[in-house]
Amino acid sequence: MIAAALGALLSHWRRQPGQFATLVLGLALATALWSAVQAINAEARASYARAAAQLGGDAGLVLKARSGAIPLATYVALRRAGWQVSPVLEGRTRIGQTSLRILGVDGLTYPVMPASETTDATDPAAILLPPGRLFVTPATAEALANAPDLPPRITTPDLPEGVALTDIGTAERLLARTGEITRLLVLPDQPAGLPPLSQLAPDLELSETGQGDVARLTDSFHLNLTAFGLLSFAVGLFIVHGTAGLAFEQRRAMFRTLRALGLPARTLTLLVLGELLALALLSGLLGLVLGYFVAAVLLPDVAATLRGLYGAPVEGGLTLRPAWVASGLGMAVGGALLAGVQGVVKVARMPILAAPGLLAWSGAARRGRWRMALAGPALMLGGVLALWQVGGLLGGFMLLGGLMLGAALLLPPLLAGLLALGGRCATGVTGQWLLADLRAQLPGLTLALMALLLALATNVGVGTMVSSFRLTFTGWLDQRLTSELYIYAESDRQGAALEDWLRPRTEAVLPIRYAEAELAGAPGRIYGIVDHATYRDNWPIIAAAPGGWDRVADSTGVLVNEQLARREGLWPGTTLTLGPGWQAEVVGVYSDYGNPNAQAIVAMPALLAHVPNVPNRQFGIRIAPEKAPTLAAELRAAFDLPETSVVDNAAVKAASLAIFEKTFVVTAALNVLTLGVAGFAILTSLLTLWTMRLPHVAPVWAMGMTRKALARIEILRSLALAGLTALLALPLGLVLAKVLLDVINVTAFGWQLPMYLFPLDWLRLLALALLAGALAAALPATRLRRLPPADLLKVFAHER
Amino acid sequence: MNARLLALLLLCLPGFATAQGFAGLGTDAQGFAVPDPAHRLSFPADHGAHPEFRIEWWYLTATLTGEDGRDYGIQWTLFRSALAPYEAEGWASPQLWMAHAALTTPDRHFVAERRARGGIGQAGVSAEPFLAYLDDWEMRATAPGIVALSLSARGQDFSYALTLEAQGPLVLQGDQGYSVKSRDGHASHYYSQPAYDVTGTLTLPDGPVRVTGQGWLDREWSSQPLSGTQSGWDWFSLSFEGGEKMMGFRLRDTAGDFTAATWISPDGSAEALPEGALSVEPLTTSQVAGRGVPTRWRLDLPAKGLSVDVTALNPQAWMTTSFPYWEGPVTITGSHAGKGYLEMTGY
Amino acid sequence: MLLDIDKVSRIYPGAERPVLNHVSLRLDACETLALTGESGSGKSTLLHLAGALDHFDAGEIRLDGQAYSPLDDAGRAALRRGPVALVFQQFNLVPSLTVAQNLAFHARLGGRHDPAWTAHLAERLGLGALPDRYPETLSGGQQQRVAIGRAMALRPRLLLADEPTGNLDEATGDAVLDLMLELVAETGAALLLVTHSERIAARLSRRVHLTKGDIR
Ligand SMILES: Nc1ncnc2c1ncn2[C@@H]1O[C@H](COP(=O)(O)OP(=O)(O)O)[C@@H](O)[C@H]1O
Ligand SMILES: [Mg+2]
Repeated sequence: MIAAALGALLSHWRRQPGQFATLVLGLALATALWSAVQAINAEARASYARAAAQLGGDAGLVLKARSGAIPLATYVALRRAGWQVSPVLEGRTRIGQTSLRILGVDGLTYPVMPASETTDATDPAAILLPPGRLFVTPATAEALANAPDLPPRITTPDLPEGVALTDIGTAERLLARTGEITRLLVLPDQPAGLPPLSQLAPDLELSETGQGDVARLTDSFHLNLTAFGLLSFAVGLFIVHGTAGLAFEQRRAMFRTLRALGLPARTLTLLVLGELLALALLSGLLGLVLGYFVAAVLLPDVAATLRGLYGAPVEGGLTLRPAWVASGLGMAVGGALLAGVQGVVKVARMPILAAPGLLAWSGAARRGRWRMALAGPALMLGGVLALWQVGGLLGGFMLLGGLMLGAALLLPPLLAGLLALGGRCATGVTGQWLLADLRAQLPGLTLALMALLLALATNVGVGTMVSSFRLTFTGWLDQRLTSELYIYAESDRQGAALEDWLRPRTEAVLPIRYAEAELAGAPGRIYGIVDHATYRDNWPIIAAAPGGWDRVADSTGVLVNEQLARREGLWPGTTLTLGPGWQAEVVGVYSDYGNPNAQAIVAMPALLAHVPNVPNRQFGIRIAPEKAPTLAAELRAAFDLPETSVVDNAAVKAASLAIFEKTFVVTAALNVLTLGVAGFAILTSLLTLWTMRLPHVAPVWAMGMTRKALARIEILRSLALAGLTALLALPLGLVLAKVLLDVINVTAFGWQLPMYLFPLDWLRLLALALLAGALAAALPATRLRRLPPADLLKVFAHER
Repeated sequence: MNARLLALLLLCLPGFATAQGFAGLGTDAQGFAVPDPAHRLSFPADHGAHPEFRIEWWYLTATLTGEDGRDYGIQWTLFRSALAPYEAEGWASPQLWMAHAALTTPDRHFVAERRARGGIGQAGVSAEPFLAYLDDWEMRATAPGIVALSLSARGQDFSYALTLEAQGPLVLQGDQGYSVKSRDGHASHYYSQPAYDVTGTLTLPDGPVRVTGQGWLDREWSSQPLSGTQSGWDWFSLSFEGGEKMMGFRLRDTAGDFTAATWISPDGSAEALPEGALSVEPLTTSQVAGRGVPTRWRLDLPAKGLSVDVTALNPQAWMTTSFPYWEGPVTITGSHAGKGYLEMTGY
Repeated sequence: MLLDIDKVSRIYPGAERPVLNHVSLRLDACETLALTGESGSGKSTLLHLAGALDHFDAGEIRLDGQAYSPLDDAGRAALRRGPVALVFQQFNLVPSLTVAQNLAFHARLGGRHDPAWTAHLAERLGLGALPDRYPETLSGGQQQRVAIGRAMALRPRLLLADEPTGNLDEATGDAVLDLMLELVAETGAALLLVTHSERIAARLSRRVHLTKGDIR
């Protein structure tokens, strides 16, 4: 019995291979979209982590000497006290014309070592004992080919160009700096109960590895992708729900017949459930392959970004991560089950002899619409409540989910209302019929249209967020990073020497000196600045008292960052206590993206007067931009500064912009894909409605409307639905962007971004939506145009 | 830490690289000193390091009982592995050091590992006064020789601080401390102090526990103790309630297993038993870290009327170190009752 | 002569024998003709050909002297919303339109909507009280009356009806038929009505019988 019933169930697919293909493809596309985003996100994170770990060790914290090098004895003392630290000796050496950066590490304790391309050659004795070995990229090895005095080279793809990674003993010899250590990496796993560093090594200071800024930028990239992943999941879920639901509807008659022929409801339900699972797995696997492909196509862009950022070649290839496979399959199966539960329950409860519901477009649909009209706002309200009650990032995402789902549920009643309104206004008979027909078809297209709505809203929302982010951030970069070069000295003494050396060679040397301080009860920093046009002209002030800069210059005024101003209500006119017996009036507030802490800016003399021993090791250099690279090179050579000590501002900006460009490429590609999938859902729905449509179309045709006209109307119909949905998606997308920028971003990073609107993008999107609608209707329309009259006549001849 | 790094680190430790035999102990001893059967051990000098040999270890295990009545075990091991047969100052030293510490309870097993370069003072061993250390882990003499020791180590989630007092003489294993490890004549210098009384404190995530028990120190150095066909060993140190002790091991060899044993009387006098006198047989295999490891054994030493079952206190005592192995306390039942330690490598 | 079916043949693709084999039939204006025959004898096929809904394989059909064969799709469609109207056994109303909209639909498509006439028809057919109802909510008799009204609103010269009472019980069917005959008479249209009921056939001015693809 089961075999026979299963045969009957499956025979449907054999007779309708097209339907089978669309169902599987629909599920597969949804899975593909979801998993592609997952894969890119996971891969990008892994790549960042790898790249960051390669250069700094993933320790995150480093110990540096307040002046000069760290003696080997200090390292040993820390170790003997239990501190898990790893020594790094860094320096430059000249090889003929080129300069080579030597990175000496202790292979036994350094957290990450590169893989060599010639593993056989890595005899540990050869690496650790004189003359040692240098790990370099193939290109660097090429450049060093004729260097006679260097240890043999081992090539690896995992390093930046111009860097030689080697054992610290080899580095000592090459740099002639025996017993010296540049910095100590603080390893992540420290035993409990260690003696404090201040007591063990008072000459060392703890700082973060210099990749904080980059990390914040990459965080924005991930936030973007995460939001996208979530939204694509919602789109995917609707599509899966739609396709799976339709597969039930199509076979309603067959289910009845099977029941009438004596198949128990339980067995039928189980069979249908089994079929659903099998389909979900098949489609899920297919989707994974597709998603993998999509990710593989997009990933090189991500990899290119990383390359630009770190100067380190990062693999553009994709590794199959079990978590990724699981999430993709889970999405397919979970989505299909979620969608199928409704259908399966229907099958289980279906009366054998129900009148074949001609088209559930009237009463039932109207009631369903009312339910949705109520559930939609309820969900939105739930989201708002979640933000209020749960709060934080979770609350933000719940708000996002509530808004999106609620809006999707509101779509059918809204569309029905709009169509009814249009029907009342329409005068032409064709227009009237078109609108009436549209309303009648709405229930069958609802899910596809919801998917389209979400896809479009996602497009608007994420697009607006990324664009706003970029606009704001590049503007801020221009304002804050005005100096052409930033220099980090290793000690105050070197700082003073640098300043003397630089002064005659540049337009201005702007010392960047700060003291850690408690500002309004929270940790923060007080910066001292010299009075210079660079600040007056460029600093991103968002609120200012008149003559603010003069007040700062004469030490009576202080500038605070937006975070501090917002948190403590410190706007111009208020007074801020900077320290014991040190108060100043707030004369301006500036934006300070990427910094979670409080910050204040005072005149340099004021800072030096109130805080003793303010380090003087950072400088901004004003110089003609084209001269900056030469000066940087001279500076490195003259003071033997490591690579990270001289930062070319143009490079920082270029790296930041590169991230956004790539974010754009990836976002745009995913957007088009999402739209494509939603368009595909419309196509599937239209094709499914096809058989049900003939009884609607045939009488109209019999009454003298040509098939050509009917085909045209078919396209118009789809265009109208897509267009209306796009119009409704626009406000939803803007709300979404607002939530992303004002709620998610604020909770995730602590600063708010202004929202910029891009109406041209909307027009492009409307066009895309219309295109998707037209493409989806193209196939049914062509079919209608070519339909033999005999097929239309069957409507009249055959019993329905 | 990624797998590549691990691979490189293993390469950095040639004495323990998985090149041939377990952890590469079967490699040829070019330039390194070879154990000499004529050599007579002399103390305190031989408590210190022997840089001219490729590998060496200071290996202490203890079976303990807590105030709470529960059984515990601890391990403290310092390995020395030489890239070349000499010592030098600074980073140029070819001597590499590695330390393992473990704390075993009936249901938990804590492991920590430390690595260091020789020559810079981060790790080393001095003979008199005796001190073996790596980072802040120490085995330090509180009296001349190694009669009284203080022992400490800590990992992320555990630590211990113990004092040890020897209750008997040193035991020279094999022939006057020359211990043969295969029929081809591979051998090591090997002596033990099997009779420490131990007291001290273990610190677990739940808090400190005062403990007392028995400790056993093994000292061994060589340049190639394993033959190329040997895949690993099963090593037992057992203390019986009657005061006798036994050290026994089996070297698993494709050309037939090799067993050896030393019987130690309550007064501390030792008798080396001939090859094959001890028979060991795995009874129960447990799934540990994705592989099958025997955690219950039958040991027979007919010459001493010994026929016992040896059962792991915690079958999951897997050492998740750079080269993984099994090491943990055991309980002895049968003709003799008692406690001991079991080490199994190459599974 | 209004309709001239001249030696028309129709063979469905894949069928062994033609459904219609050189069938000839003429119908004058104002004439009402009953077409009877066994089930499957080809009555509907003939009606569909007369309504320019389908192509024939041989012969010719003319309406007021206008031959069907040269007509393209658009020409045929124009015919169906001009001089010819159809009433089906299954009513075939447009389910998404209300009664009033359905009634006016065909005439508006043909560009000859006369609201007064349509309103008159609605009254005559007893549909005056139901303008905003949807077809699904009507009884069979009511639906068929909408279908007849829809066809007559066009003021066709030729009304083609395919077993219009086939789905209705006898009393309802008779009432519907009465209304149809009255309206046909009133507008001077010709009627070609397919039926297998002798009783109905007898009420029309002439009858022909179709067997084995030929008129007897
Ligand atoms: N579209 C079609 N394709 C193939 N055969 C058809 C088609 N329509 C009708 N037939 C066949 O043609 C014959 C005549 O059908 P029809 O004209 O509907 O008969 P009637 O209306 O007299 O019952 C029947 O045998 C029927 O099966
Ligand atoms: Mg018929």
